[in-house]
Amino acid sequence: MNAAAADKPLFEYVLRLGDNCLILSQRVAEWCGHGPVLEEDIALTNVALDLLGQARLWLTYAGEVEGRGRDEDRLAYLRDAGEFRNVLLVEQPNGDFGMTMARQFYFDAWHYFLLRDLRNSRDERVAGIAEKAFKEVSYHLQRSTDWLIRLGDGTPESHERMQRALDDLWMYTGELFQMDAVDTDISERGVGIDLEGLRGPWMEHVTKTLTEATLAVPGESWMQRGGKQGVHSESLGYLLAEMQFLQRAYPGAQW
Amino acid sequence: MPPEEREFQEKIDAGIKIEPKDWMPEAYRKTLIRQISQHAHSEIVGQLPEGNWITRAPTLKRKAILLAKVQDEAGHGLYLYGAAETLGVSREQMIEDLLAGRAKYSSVFNYPTLTWADMGAIGWLVDGAAIINQIPLCRCSYGPYARGMVRICKEENFHQRQGFDIMLTLSRGTPEQKAMAQDALNRWWWPSVMMHGPSDAESKHSAQSMQWKIKLFSNDELRQKFIDQTALQAEYLGLTVPDPDLKWNPERGHYDFGRIDWDEFNNVIRGNGSCNRDRLRTRVQAHQAGAWVRGGAAAYARKQASREAA
Amino acid sequence: MPENRPAERQPNSAADESGTDWPLWEIFIRTQNGLAHKHAGSLHAPDAEMALKNARDVYTRRNEGVSIWVVRSSDITASSPRDKEILFEPANSKVYRYPGFYDVPEEVKKL
Repeated sequence: MNAAAADKPLFEYVLRLGDNCLILSQRVAEWCGHGPVLEEDIALTNVALDLLGQARLWLTYAGEVEGRGRDEDRLAYLRDAGEFRNVLLVEQPNGDFGMTMARQFYFDAWHYFLLRDLRNSRDERVAGIAEKAFKEVSYHLQRSTDWLIRLGDGTPESHERMQRALDDLWMYTGELFQMDAVDTDISERGVGIDLEGLRGPWMEHVTKTLTEATLAVPGESWMQRGGKQGVHSESLGYLLAEMQFLQRAYPGAQW
Repeated sequence: MPPEEREFQEKIDAGIKIEPKDWMPEAYRKTLIRQISQHAHSEIVGQLPEGNWITRAPTLKRKAILLAKVQDEAGHGLYLYGAAETLGVSREQMIEDLLAGRAKYSSVFNYPTLTWADMGAIGWLVDGAAIINQIPLCRCSYGPYARGMVRICKEENFHQRQGFDIMLTLSRGTPEQKAMAQDALNRWWWPSVMMHGPSDAESKHSAQSMQWKIKLFSNDELRQKFIDQTALQAEYLGLTVPDPDLKWNPERGHYDFGRIDWDEFNNVIRGNGSCNRDRLRTRVQAHQAGAWVRGGAAAYARKQASREAA
Repeated sequence: MPENRPAERQPNSAADESGTDWPLWEIFIRTQNGLAHKHAGSLHAPDAEMALKNARDVYTRRNEGVSIWVVRSSDITASSPRDKEILFEPANSKVYRYPGFYDVPEEVKKL
């Protein structure tokens, strides 16, 4: 059996985890110097740094699994949009602070429950990275939950902005729980987990938080998908153009 | 000299810290507020020229380091605003002054960051100059300021080292990278040299500040120290400092250097730098866009307080 | 007697009532093997929960702290410098308590 081919689902799976963190980190990092208050500037940057650290761990492992000599930078800087495996949710533009926190909240809640289970992965490396990331993401979830509550139950303006953001981003949440062939393969091996199983706890946390925040849980909606398969929104192209520019303009240079 | 002022000066001379509730001359308080808040504003505005390159950092490691550095700067601004607040001015007031263009900040941040090499140059030169200024301040007379500076200095060393490391990597890289590094040095050298301010003969506040130990070395002394240490480093990098008059003087035991164009400095300080308007506009926009966020959180806190009281 | 006295400021009472100002909090951190909480600085936050989180982000970015206390600056009562003589120093005549007033021989300067 060709060892490389057998690992392809694992490569895909780990890449998805890494790309989620990388793209979301990139988005959050855009806030640096533009936050609503100095303390929040520092806090957001912490989140971006945490996610970047996690991305580096995942991408490095993905490259090893692939076995073609691609390290974290080759993967981050030299793939085009079609090869990125992040969910659509994380690549959505920052918008205002409400949009950013809604995106963060939806993702953090999912990320939290995902990592909680992933710590028990049969793959030692995956379990190890998940263990480390879980501590950081627990804090991220506390933070985004706190913000949802404060802005939802704040002023009429903050309430309206929060609600609008939650409504706008709702259609990207479905993808978080969709299992495809890769997810099924990885889950059956005991390396990954059943994403459908996360829906319950996620929905419970979201409902509880939004209720406390006096916000409405968005209604049923058609869910967007495709990010995990490399079919992205238009904004990813621009994000990557900015992120990858130097490596593309000076191929082969050391930095 | 009235007795309280004599006691105050004796404390300073003995190296005893002045704390927030101690008696102090009004001029001491005002000068400190001005100096500390200017320093704080510089850190905050300073996030922008570097923040510019976070999304474009050429490797993930460099991205992480730059993120951490810019975050540190925000933290330093925060420590400094905190120190200034102990003197009776609020953060809101200071921010208002900055955004209205009434407050000064280090003019070095009004220059644009045009290439990745600028990240190296800023860490190496601008932070290098800042460190020389800041270390003595750890011994300044005002307690909260001195303690804030100790915290800041601990974190600042990593900033300069990472800047130098970028320059080193570039100067050992491709011809284009080396040219990029040289170009950045060409643009950032003089602004960094000017960071220490005009010669003390021209500087209004120097003498009194020295007596009050708010300023511990003259601008010229600090500038000379910076040039001496940096000229050697430039040599090591294989780069040329854009000053044809820069030359080691064995009699003085220091580097001689060329005439500084204080005209440009004064213009940039007055707001005519190429980025002055942009930097402030960005800060104003961020502040305004954030008003509903601050207001929302404050409203929630009030509601919670009355709910708990009920 | 704490080495770093919490900062005193003019009352910021306007902050709590006005729309967007966040009150000031003093932050105390006890490091991993530390014996007591030490004053680390101050920051602005809308409430105690956010103050704690912000303190973690601002003052423990280098994993410097484990236990964090936050106190509203306006809730701190500090002694006035003038009280110093009564609270902490014996009457002026008893200066012999202070090492500086002993004449230490050159040989024993390290005392």
